Amino acid sequence: MPIYETVFYMFSLVMLTGAVLVISVRNSVYAALSLVLTFFSAAAIWMLMEAEFLAIILVVVYVGAVMVLFLFVVMMLDINEEPLREGFIRYLPAGIVVAVLMAAELLIVLWSKGRFESGAFPIPAASAKGYSNTQAVGELLFTEYLLAFEVAGVVLLVAIIAAVALTLRQRTGGHRQNPALQVRVRPDERVRLVKMKSEPRQGS
Amino acid sequence: MLTLTHFLTLGTILFSLSLTGIFLNRKNVIILLMCIELMLLAVNMNFIAFSRFMGNMDGQVFVFFILTVAAAEAAIGLAILVVLFRNRQTINVSEMDDLKG
Repeated sequence: MPIYETVFYMFSLVMLTGAVLVISVRNSVYAALSLVLTFFSAAAIWMLMEAEFLAIILVVVYVGAVMVLFLFVVMMLDINEEPLREGFIRYLPAGIVVAVLMAAELLIVLWSKGRFESGAFPIPAASAKGYSNTQAVGELLFTEYLLAFEVAGVVLLVAIIAAVALTLRQRTGGHRQNPALQVRVRPDERVRLVKMKSEPRQGS
Repeated sequence: MLTLTHFLTLGTILFSLSLTGIFLNRKNVIILLMCIELMLLAVNMNFIAFSRFMGNMDGQVFVFFILTVAAAEAAIGLAILVVLFRNRQTINVSEMDDLKG
C-alpha cells in the first residue's frame, strides 16, 4: 500500500476515534482534549489534499485559540458532571438510529456507481514546482473576495465587542478608583485648614 | 488510489458522529458546542475535497470564511455560557425553561 493511502487511513482512524471520544467521555476537559486531537488529524488530512494554508490555519486558529478558549471555560466553571450525563443511555438508541440513517442516505448517494469516482472526478495531477497554496488562496482572497474578507473582519470585531460586553460586570461594594474625580479634586476637599488661638499650657 | 469518494465518506461519518453527540449530550451545553464545531469540520472537509478534485480554489476561500465565522460563534457562545453559569450556577439545558408558558 503506498504511503499516501497509509497516511490517509491512519489519520482518518485517529480522527474518528477522537470524534467518538468527544461525544462519549464523561469529563468535559477530556472531551476538549479529544477535540484537539480530532482537529490535528483533520489538519493532516487537509495537508494530504494539498490545502496547506487551511491546515495550518486549523492548527493555529482552532487548536491554538478556540480550543484553548474552550479549555479555559471548561476549567473555569465548576461543573457538576453527573446531572448532565442523565439520559445518555436513554437517548443512545435514538441517536444511533438517526445517525446511521443519515449516514446511509448520504453513503448511498456517494457510493452510487460512477458518481464521485475517479471517472467523474479524476485524481488531480501533482502541483507544479514552485506552486504555493497560500499564494493562490491569498490572490483569490484579496481580489475576488475582498469585500467578503472585509466583512469577515467586521464579524470578528463584532464578536470581540459582544464577548466583552456580555462578560463585563460591575462589582458592587468594591473599592475602585475614578481617575476623573481624582484629577478634578480641589485642595479644600482634602485638607481643612483651621485657625484657632493657641491655648495656655495646663498646670504650669 | 484515493478518490473523491474516500474524503466525502470521511466527512459523512464525522458529521453523523457529531449528530449522535448532539443526541447523547443534550444536557451539556459545552459538549453541544463542541459537536457543532465537529459538524463544521466535516463540512469543511467536504469543501476542501471538492476544491481539490474540481481544481477550483473557491472552495478553500469558503472554508476560510467558515473558520472565521465559527471562531466568532465559539467566542460568543462561550461568553453566553459564562454569563449563564454566573447567573444560574448550572449549564444544564433542561433547567433553562424560563420562557416556558
